[in-house]
Amino acid sequence: MTRGRLLWPLIALVALIVLNVAVEPSFVELRLQDGHLFGSMIDILRNGAPTLLIAVGMTLVIATRGIDLSVGAVAAIAGAIACTYISGGGDAVTAVLLALSVCILLGLWNGFLVSVLGIQPIIATLVLMTAGRGGAMLLTEGQIVTVKDPLYRQIGSGFLLLPIAILISLAVLAAVALITRRTALGMLIEAVGINPKAGELAGVRSRTIVWTVYVFAGLCAGVAGLMISSNVNAADANSAGLWIEMDAILAVVIGGTSLAGGRYSLAGTMLGALVIQTLTTTVYTIGVPTDVTLVFKAVVVIVVCLLQSPRTARMLRARRKTAVSTPRSQEVAAG
Amino acid sequence: MSTLALSSARLPQRFLPVVATFAVFVVTFGAGSVRYENFASGQVVANLFVDNSFLIVLAVGMTFVILTGGIDLSVGAVAALSTMIAAATLNAGWPPLLSIITVLGSGATLGLLMGLVIHHFEVQPFIVTLAGMFLARGLCFLISVESVSITEPSFREFAAGAITLPGDITLTYSVVIALAVVLAALYVLHLTRFGRTVYAVGGSESSARLMGLATSRAKVGVYVVSGFCSALGGLLFSLYMLSGYGLHAVGMELDVIAAVVIGGTLLAGGTGYVVGSVVGVLVLGTVQSLISFEGTLSSWWTKIVIGVLLLAFIILQRLIVRRQT
Repeated sequence: MTRGRLLWPLIALVALIVLNVAVEPSFVELRLQDGHLFGSMIDILRNGAPTLLIAVGMTLVIATRGIDLSVGAVAAIAGAIACTYISGGGDAVTAVLLALSVCILLGLWNGFLVSVLGIQPIIATLVLMTAGRGGAMLLTEGQIVTVKDPLYRQIGSGFLLLPIAILISLAVLAAVALITRRTALGMLIEAVGINPKAGELAGVRSRTIVWTVYVFAGLCAGVAGLMISSNVNAADANSAGLWIEMDAILAVVIGGTSLAGGRYSLAGTMLGALVIQTLTTTVYTIGVPTDVTLVFKAVVVIVVCLLQSPRTARMLRARRKTAVSTPRSQEVAAG
Repeated sequence: MSTLALSSARLPQRFLPVVATFAVFVVTFGAGSVRYENFASGQVVANLFVDNSFLIVLAVGMTFVILTGGIDLSVGAVAALSTMIAAATLNAGWPPLLSIITVLGSGATLGLLMGLVIHHFEVQPFIVTLAGMFLARGLCFLISVESVSITEPSFREFAAGAITLPGDITLTYSVVIALAVVLAALYVLHLTRFGRTVYAVGGSESSARLMGLATSRAKVGVYVVSGFCSALGGLLFSLYMLSGYGLHAVGMELDVIAAVVIGGTLLAGGTGYVVGSVVGVLVLGTVQSLISFEGTLSSWWTKIVIGVLLLAFIILQRLIVRRQT
């Protein structure tokens, strides 16, 4: 069943890559230079690293039937804190730790609103989305804070054969996959997403789990924010991470995780993030103005949602029933 | 807080959030008039309407959607698309009336499409309107990536026109249009079958359906209303800016949602008043004026204050809902 869900994003990804190769044959070329891999595919991976990281956090949040709209603002805050601290003469390690602690606090705040006060996740995180960017602007005093710190630079543009940014994202993805799939945690998260009350009755600590996923999402957003600001050696509170929450949600949805919660796929999220980043790059390659990418993204969201919608599932099921008599278990899986 | 306690003794509880919003408006405006000499003038109040007429129209549309328990994230983008369509068609030499009809028609159509997908495919409103937002912004840039200024003379004349009230207070025509929209919304919500169905769907969709109400028409209809209001708001915005641009009204959906929530409409649906949303817009406008009067404060404080107000009202809503259940 999971394999079936991954099929469509995989086909989309391959189609996009084929399209790119058709327009620009050097697209798939990789070359090794000074121990670093270069090429368009590597660029896609590197530029997609922050989105992937945020999407991993978002996957868990969405699995609990929540949503976190504040990740872009949190990313901007992380960059603003780190760069302001470094430009004030601080060292990179302390700057990173400081920024990440604040992000954890912001995650705690979101989690508190959702899990303790019981506010709708869209609205609870909307507060930080609105106010957070304002806070980041105050920190940087409305300026773009530039930094020159070789160590800090490594996070976003360093190489260890592959870009360090993508290594961080993949490491987090692997760690989350291990922790949630090798222990019962993943199942507990899904139980909360399906029905928090039933989960609670079955002995699942819904509140703690919900709270934790928001903290984790905040932390992921923080690291992504550091990557973004380190990549350009500057904190731009106004545009850093702008719309990234939308890209992350899109990646999760393309990857087959239902927005209704209760089921998630980390592999799907990774594919989704790659599809989005490749789509963005494709639009550049074809020579369409950058901002028009939004139209393509909109079409992708609509198509994916229609494919996933209950009505489509019912229609498919009805057709399958009349065509071949499928075993019952498969029918349930399709729904 | 004392105003709150007093009013709850006399007023039905459903008016409580609106009364609380009005109290916040009076307190913020009062604070301004104590602190700054020229704050409590008729023109400052009039400017609240002049500078926020488009926001009022958008908030009216959003109130319909939130009353059914939905949400529309596309409003800012649709407004931007409207400024773009208006600018492009006017500069292409279309008569203003035809251009205006095109803008309003495309806004309503986009709303209709989103409503149909939300209702018939049972996709969450949040994600559908998010796609609508991407689509509308992308279409703006498809028309032009640059800002297009509007040069059509009669349109400019209408934009510059002013109505003088006694006491030398000037208002623009946009304010009149915005107030007309508010009156129309009041009529539709409280005196028509559609309006009552909107409230019923927000209260409990299944009960409304069992009662034989036209729930699907109401659920799709609110997105048409919101799309239409976004387009009209966009037109007013293009009168205000005299240009069309794909980056107009970025993040405005959040301001609009904040205004509606601060105005006392419950996000769960079923409870709320258009008048509350208008007062919500006035509160946001007053916060903005206060910060610009202060002069030394960064305009980013506006965002933070709006966030804090939003939070305060959400928590207030939680308390009210909890007491009711």
